[in-house]
This record gives sequence, C-alpha cells and structure tokens, in this order.
Amino acid sequence: MRTAFIKELIEEAKENKSIFLIVADLGFSVVEPFAEQFPDRFLNVGIAEQNMAGIASGLAMEGYNVYIYSIGNFPTLRCMEQIRYDICYHNLNVKIIAVGGGYAYASLGASHHATEEIGMLRTIPNITVCSPGDPEEMRAITRFTSNYKGPCYIRIGKAGEPEVYKKYNKEVNKIESGDILNVISGNDVAIFSCGAMLDYSANYILNNKLSASLYSFPFIKPLNNEQFVDIIRKYKRIITIEEHQLNGGFGSSILEHINDLKEKTLPISYPEIKRIGINNSFYSVAGTQDYLRKLAGIELKLKYFEL
Amino acid sequence: MQTSSDFAREIRKVTLNMVFKAKASHIGGAFSMADILSVLYNDILKIDPLQPHNETRDRFLLSKGHACTSLYATLGLKGFFDLKELDTYAADGSKFLSHTSHYISGVEISVGSLGHALPVACGLAIASQKKQKTWKTYCLLSDGELNEGSNWESILLAPQLKLKNLILIIDYNKIQSFGFVKDIINLEPLSKKFEAFNWETYEIDGHNHKELLNTFKACDNQNQKPKVIICNTIKGKGVSFMENKLLWHYKSPSQEEYNQALGELNF
Repeated sequence: MRTAFIKELIEEAKENKSIFLIVADLGFSVVEPFAEQFPDRFLNVGIAEQNMAGIASGLAMEGYNVYIYSIGNFPTLRCMEQIRYDICYHNLNVKIIAVGGGYAYASLGASHHATEEIGMLRTIPNITVCSPGDPEEMRAITRFTSNYKGPCYIRIGKAGEPEVYKKYNKEVNKIESGDILNVISGNDVAIFSCGAMLDYSANYILNNKLSASLYSFPFIKPLNNEQFVDIIRKYKRIITIEEHQLNGGFGSSILEHINDLKEKTLPISYPEIKRIGINNSFYSVAGTQDYLRKLAGIELKLKYFEL
Repeated sequence: MQTSSDFAREIRKVTLNMVFKAKASHIGGAFSMADILSVLYNDILKIDPLQPHNETRDRFLLSKGHACTSLYATLGLKGFFDLKELDTYAADGSKFLSHTSHYISGVEISVGSLGHALPVACGLAIASQKKQKTWKTYCLLSDGELNEGSNWESILLAPQLKLKNLILIIDYNKIQSFGFVKDIINLEPLSKKFEAFNWETYEIDGHNHKELLNTFKACDNQNQKPKVIICNTIKGKGVSFMENKLLWHYKSPSQEEYNQALGELNF
C-alpha cells in the first residue's frame, strides 16, 4: 500500500505543484523516488514528529498541500496536540499518512501497534479520517486528498497487501468524501470492513460460501449519509471488523451513526450490530500480523452469520 | 512621528485596562514583551493593517499566547481593528480570547499550549526560502516555554535548513509559572546553547529600544544561520510594584493597584 501511495503521489505531484512531502526520518526505500523527482517539495525533518506537524502547518499556511509521513503512532499519537491545534483548529491543508496501521508491525511490539489512533483522531473537528482497504483504494484516496483542501488522516497498511478489487474485476476510479464501497453483494448479513481487514473479510465470505455482503469503508469520517441509510436498510445484521481497539473505533462510529439516525426518527430498520476488534488490551508477544489479529479476537466466526 | 517608546507606553496602558476590566491574568508577561512589540511594530515589521494577509508581509508569531493582551493592544493601536473592540476582551461571546486567536486581524496563529509557534514559524520560513521570497518570520517565545521539547526540535533543525530569515526572540524575564527559571530548569548558559546549536546569537536588554532596533536591523544580513535575540527583560516591566514578581503572572490589579499603575504609566 505504501508503494501504491508514493507512486500515485508522484503522479499527482507532477500536475499539482502544491504537493509537499515531509518525512520524520522514516520511509527508507519508499519515498526516495518522490525526493528525487521533487527535491524542492521534499523534506526530512529528522526524528521529530511534533516539529514535522508544526512545519507542515506553516507550509500549509503558505499554500502547500503537505503530506507528513511516518510509521504507526509516530505521526499521530506522538504529535496529537499539534494535529488537533495547529492543523485541525486552523483547518489547514495537511495530510497525515501513517504506515503500518493495526498490527502491521506486529513483532515490533506495542510501541508500533497503531491500534488507538482512529478513535483519537475522529473526535477532532475538521479532520477527515481514511483507512483504505487495498492498494486500489489507496490510489483513489491519494487522488482524492491531492485536491481536497483540509486536514486528512490516512491509515495505510505496509507492503504486499492483495489487490482485492482486481479479484472481482472491479475498479475504484474516483472516490468522493464519505463514499462507501460495495465489494460483494449478498443477503441479510453485511460485513462493514475498515482498512486492511478487507481482504480477510472477502476471503472469509468466499471460502465459506456465505451469502453475505461486504462493504469497504475507506472513510471513517465523514460518511455519506444517504449511502449509509440505503445500506443499513437492507440488512438484519451488520458485522463491523477493524484492526483497532473497539473503544471509539470504526465499529463505535457505526453504532453512533445508526443511533443518531434512529434519534432523528428516520424510517429505518435498526439492524443488529456485531463489532469485531481489539477488546481493550495490549498484546506483548511476538508473532505475525495474522497471529496477533487472532490473539486479539479479530476474526470472523460462522455463528455471526446465522440469523 | 510616534517613537517606539511612546508606543510602548500606550501598549502598556491599553493592556492594563484590558486586564483590569476583565480581571484577567498574565499582565507580567504582557509587560515584559511590550518594548519588543513596540519596536517591531513601530519600526521593523513590513505589515499593512489594511491588508493583513498581504503575501509580502513579514510574519510575526507570538508563542507565549497567554500574554496576548499586549499583542492585541499593539494591533489595535496599529489599526488592525477598532481599539474599542478590546473593551470586549474575555467577555462572553468576544472573539478576544485570553490566548491569542487567529480570528483576530493581524494574528497569524492561535496559540495557548506552549511550544507550538516555533515549528510553525519554521514552516513559514521554509516556504519563504523555497519560494525565494524576502519576507521574514519573527517568532517570540517565553523563557519558561523553552522547557518544551518541541522547541528544541526546531532549534536543532533551523540551522540545518539555513533558515536565515527566521528570527527567534526570547522574552527572558526569568520567571515562569512556579517561580524563577533558574530554580525550575536553569537555562544558562542560554546564549552559548544557541551558539552551540549554530544560531546567530544576540543577547540584549529587551527594554532598550535602541538596542532592540539595532539588533533587529543587524539580523537583516546574508549569513545563512537563523537568528536568535535573547532579550533580558523584567516581568511586569513599567509598573514598580509588578516588576520581577511571580504574583503578577496570575494576579489582576485591584482598583487601587490599577490607579497606581496607570499613574506610573502616565508619568
């Protein structure tokens, strides 16, 4: 996904002269092609994320569309106050890219497990929170953010994620703010997948020959309300799945949306919601990303599909 | 033509009125930087109150946002907005918050949490450098604020990037929120620290207008280093009973204290 991002950003930066990329001394063997082609619009500020976010704010005030790039918690939690106050309060054109969402850097330990940042970031006004599900969505999100004015957070995987849309002969050409994407169509039960859980969810449906639907949510905030209402009307049960703490994460945001729609007395049926995510725990053991996902309980079960 | 000394006196008087009326805090730090502001806004900054967003303007970023009253007073006196608007300072519904707000004409950024403005100032200076502009970025920090690590991230990077049009000003009034700076985290030797970090370093009397003027002018040079001006100042400067007193980080003057302070400023 990170390669899909940088390739697409280079394409955008050829036309869009306002694009500026800052790294905090991470991105080795990924960001170099951008730095070589646009040396005047690339900066490595060293291992200093607060400074990176502040500098991005200053550059954005002068008309740049600034991407700041680092691993997991570093461009998010480490400089959360700069994101809230410098970037979002001033509503600046800064795009925060975190590589290695969830347990992508599993064996590197809790410091590198990016499992709370969606919950923290989505409470901040003005910011758009994105979590593309595969390289195809990543490219579309990069094109979207290239022209979008305002703060965005983009949580991306690492490397080698499968091209989910290609498997189904689908394309994601243009993406608009809040779009929800249908990947598999089925009956009664729908999986709402956040970010890198997309391939797992698609495989689960296919391998178990389930008649479930699968939707990808490249945007956690905002959501296209019209699309959302149309979708939830169709299902008796919705399963949300995310590589993030359950507290305040993607599934929580879905519950909030449905509750608020209900409160507005919109004529919608109220589907059952099953949330899958990390249950308020740290996991301090080595292992692959898949191993940690299972350990943390991020897995689908057949019983969730029985009505 | 108004001298910067006359201007400084007016800034302090307007500031006193605001703090008294709103029963607000932080007059000590507002007074310690009043002379720096008066020289900058009277003689140095290329700014136009009628075109506050003019692209060629110098950028001034206040980092010690809690001392916003003297910046608001400065901007009001310069005509960025009607001075009468300051009567609403800190009142219900007023846009004049008790920390600097970018919704006020002439204010570049909102601050309040310390250690935020210098990284943003670096971003502005990088933009100026990349676009080959001549405008300068000035950033005024408190001394206690140098406890914040984010400032040192910028202090490390600015010389590396040769940000020669970045001018950092330290309002070194020697008092922070719990007491004297030297007793909390001693910054000394401060000039030597900046020199060691490869900054073009000046240390001056931050109440001496001639020194301030000459130093700001000296910063306009071709040396590729960023500049820092350590201004030795006195907290509460201008009102005898407020000077060098921690209490005036917090306290608002009583009617009697207000009368005495105004008398001293009018003298």
